[in-house]
Amino acid sequence: MQELLQYLFSGITNGAIYAVIAVGFAVLFNATELINFAHGEFVMLGALGMVTLYSSLQLPLTLAFLLTTVGVSCVGFLFERFAIRTVKRPEPIVLVIITVGASIFLRGVGMLGWGKDAFSVDPFSTHPPFSIAGAHLLPQSLWILVIVLGAVVGLHLFFNRSLTGKAMLACAISRRAAWLVGIPTGRMVQLAFVLSAAMGAVAGIIIAPVTMCSYDMGTLLGLKGFCAAMLGGLGSLWGGVLGGFLLGVLEALGVGFLSSSLKDAIAFVLLLLILYVRPAGLLGARKVQRF
Amino acid sequence: MVARYLRRNWAYLVFLAAVGVTGCLVQNAYYFQVLTFIGINTLLALGLNLLMGYAGQISLGHAAFYGIGAYTTAILTTTWGLSPGLALPCALAIAALVALVVGLPTLKLSGYYLGMGTLGFGMIVHIFLREWTEVTGGASGFIGIPPLTLGPIVFTDDRAYFYLVWATVLLSFILTHRLIRSRVGRALRSIHDSEHAARAVGVDTQRLKLQVFIFSAILAALGGFFYAHLVNFISPDSFNFLVSVRMVTMVVIGGMASVWGALLGASLLTLLPEWLHTFSDFEMVVYGLILMLVMILMPQGLTRGILDAYERSRKNSR
Amino acid sequence: MSATPSIRNRLFSVIAVVVGGLLFFCPVLLAADSFKVGGVFSITGPASFLGDPEKKSMEMVVDAINSAGGIDGRMLEAVIYDTEGDPQRAVNAVSKLINRDGVIAIIGPSLTPTTLAVKNLVESAKIPLISCAAGIQITQPVTPWVFKTAQSDVMAVATVYRHIQKSGLKTVGLLSVANAFGESGKQQLEEQAAAFGLQVVAAEKFGDKDSDMTAQLTKIRKAAPDAVVCWGTNPGPAVVAKNFGQLGLEMPLYQSHGVASPKFIELAGSAAEGIFLPTGKILVAGLLPADDPQKAVLTNFIEQFESRFQMPVSGFGGYAYDAMQILAKALVGTDGDTEKLRANLEQVTGHVGVSGVFNFSPQDHNGLGADAFVMVRIKNGTWELIQE
Repeated sequence: MQELLQYLFSGITNGAIYAVIAVGFAVLFNATELINFAHGEFVMLGALGMVTLYSSLQLPLTLAFLLTTVGVSCVGFLFERFAIRTVKRPEPIVLVIITVGASIFLRGVGMLGWGKDAFSVDPFSTHPPFSIAGAHLLPQSLWILVIVLGAVVGLHLFFNRSLTGKAMLACAISRRAAWLVGIPTGRMVQLAFVLSAAMGAVAGIIIAPVTMCSYDMGTLLGLKGFCAAMLGGLGSLWGGVLGGFLLGVLEALGVGFLSSSLKDAIAFVLLLLILYVRPAGLLGARKVQRF
Repeated sequence: MVARYLRRNWAYLVFLAAVGVTGCLVQNAYYFQVLTFIGINTLLALGLNLLMGYAGQISLGHAAFYGIGAYTTAILTTTWGLSPGLALPCALAIAALVALVVGLPTLKLSGYYLGMGTLGFGMIVHIFLREWTEVTGGASGFIGIPPLTLGPIVFTDDRAYFYLVWATVLLSFILTHRLIRSRVGRALRSIHDSEHAARAVGVDTQRLKLQVFIFSAILAALGGFFYAHLVNFISPDSFNFLVSVRMVTMVVIGGMASVWGALLGASLLTLLPEWLHTFSDFEMVVYGLILMLVMILMPQGLTRGILDAYERSRKNSR
Repeated sequence: MSATPSIRNRLFSVIAVVVGGLLFFCPVLLAADSFKVGGVFSITGPASFLGDPEKKSMEMVVDAINSAGGIDGRMLEAVIYDTEGDPQRAVNAVSKLINRDGVIAIIGPSLTPTTLAVKNLVESAKIPLISCAAGIQITQPVTPWVFKTAQSDVMAVATVYRHIQKSGLKTVGLLSVANAFGESGKQQLEEQAAAFGLQVVAAEKFGDKDSDMTAQLTKIRKAAPDAVVCWGTNPGPAVVAKNFGQLGLEMPLYQSHGVASPKFIELAGSAAEGIFLPTGKILVAGLLPADDPQKAVLTNFIEQFESRFQMPVSGFGGYAYDAMQILAKALVGTDGDTEKLRANLEQVTGHVGVSGVFNFSPQDHNGLGADAFVMVRIKNGTWELIQE
């Protein structure tokens, strides 16, 4: 019984990581119907940014948080401006490959900037792990949980209550119709990228104390975060959260009751299952968007 | 009759001559090795080129078929003692079978979803190859693969292997060209332009897409077969997600709807690390930059892109 | 309309390939009268923590030898390529070194899969290779042209198990990383357990980029082993160390020599306290008794490396350092004859290196004994030597 609870807690720790990354994918998809394969690298930049600002330069936590987020958002802005807007033929195949190329590029930049070693970051609070019925939970996991939920609530309100948010959703539904009613579609796409990059940065910042930060941490995290987003439903923010936690818990249970060698495979098997059975994901619209 | 045949297929003859001349002139084993790798990569790129360029499907996990071909022949020839000549059809058959099983549900998806499905498949195969230690040797790799023997000929000589691989490449080119020029090819191009329209005129899009997928898997497995017997050692690191990305890059840069584009893309991408080795730290940055720039500026690949630019400049100067 | 672009298309492709090929086949200027030694390391990529210091160490030795007059009056020239940890790149690099650059010997590669991939090449080309990788299959069974300087995991596991046995513990739980290093270690741990009177009661794996191993540790805890052995290279084992503390596990934790570097303590922080691991003597050079045969060599290496490269030293660079020193020793009097070089290598005995004292022979191409490893314990953020 104690083991089961511990597996659940491990699942929550990993799940929170996947959830916060999945939300980043969902934000972009929500507004542009694009999938950014380089999202994992934004997470990496956020984490390494914290390493420099919080660990090396010893800036106060909130300042480091803000500066890193702003910095990575700028990268997202530049990415959209130069790599997405200028594309002559914005077909899925072309965009997928561009984002893949961007992920390689950013990884190379990360390697040049921070070297090939790993770094660790201190947790936000120094409280020892919580012990609940014999199972232990890291305080940083709770931080991640709280911040993710806060971010999702904020984004939900943004998309559904504010005019800008609704305008962004409109662009995703039909770019032409949005343009016809006077929404500056180009600006909306830009904003979407910036928001998504910011989410990625936040993800990197809050998970940095839990994982080890290195220039290549983004690849697998991005892929798994994407699986989580697909699991929950790409267009849905809450779906991203649900998918993330579900994936984390299933992975932990898989390690506990099946075998730890197959842990990585669980995410991708789930991805394939969801694609075949219900491509819209658990919380997505019933009908699948055709591209 | 002969003259017309020669004129129509002059490209193949030039190609054949080039291979023959290179084979005679080159003396250095290193150059043979690199050229053989280019040949293997061309096989990989060719199948993917058909899939992406003519059928319009993305595959982000194609290294899995490359790996299946390599590991099948490794296991059959080393552990079970079969001759490579027998292992080859088995490797191709298994790859085709896996492609059928994976393709049936995946090809119903479209756009991003297809890319995702193939990505997931590729990752699963990689983990599988890495963890099934008793059979595949696991992460430490599979040693002791015997050299290629077809009948009485043993291919340990670099030059002989070079000729074998490139002869296979030439045959694959001819086969692919016939495919493209046939009814099947025209149907494929119609799917690429508009799947709905193709279906409206009676093209069985599902079956065609599946057939192309299987064909591309077979070519990739063929590449894997040659790789295994060339290096005599394989490990899962050679068949991971980054390798799949590299294969897609070859197709994209060479030019998607172009058989010769596969050759160009494979050559460039095999030689690029050799050229960049002095800036080894910058290689990733340069690689990513090239990929992005080509797709942004010349989405049809270097071949078409540079030709278009050349023709545009000619038109302007007139 | 259809004929012209298509022909141009093909013509262009052919021309591009030919031009590219010409660029690539450009002639190599051979500096006559110098010994060319090749190096292949994983300078970038996931194993760069191995390849980068190895490259630096090799260059350091070559420069030192050249400034002292070279070997038999001839200068050494190091030609170093990056494998990025990819076996195919390793094959290309070694082929280039042998066939295009004309080296007389090769140092490296850094990893076991890359070494195994090039083994056939060097054997058929009859060029000596001194690998810096740990895998036991590299030199067992012995092949004429392949040597290695890294301690093999057989010895590392034996050192760990000896300590566990001495501490009176009976059962172990294993946690290994899912790559060649971890797998090889796991295999050794499982094979050697019985010889030390130990029993493996749990064996779990983790990915090298994983961020949380509490699930695996929970499963291991359920089997209630007396000690836990974690086998991997940074940063995974640091996460394991942290999780170990977070779960409040009390049994002793042993790590592998893969984390024998200051980086591990930096990553694991306070969780590193009390962890046991085997290491080459380089980590505790300052703590060795004055009469230890390796002390002088170690202190010298540490001083040279840290002053030149401004980064803390680790045992990994030592593998290449030893390999180059041994190669230089064996080169004397051979005039570049590779067969003589090979024979000389097999006769190198009593060579005091960074990784241990080497005694090569026709039957032993690794040359190290059990004294290559010492057990250390992490105390107060630094290494504490455990006396035998």
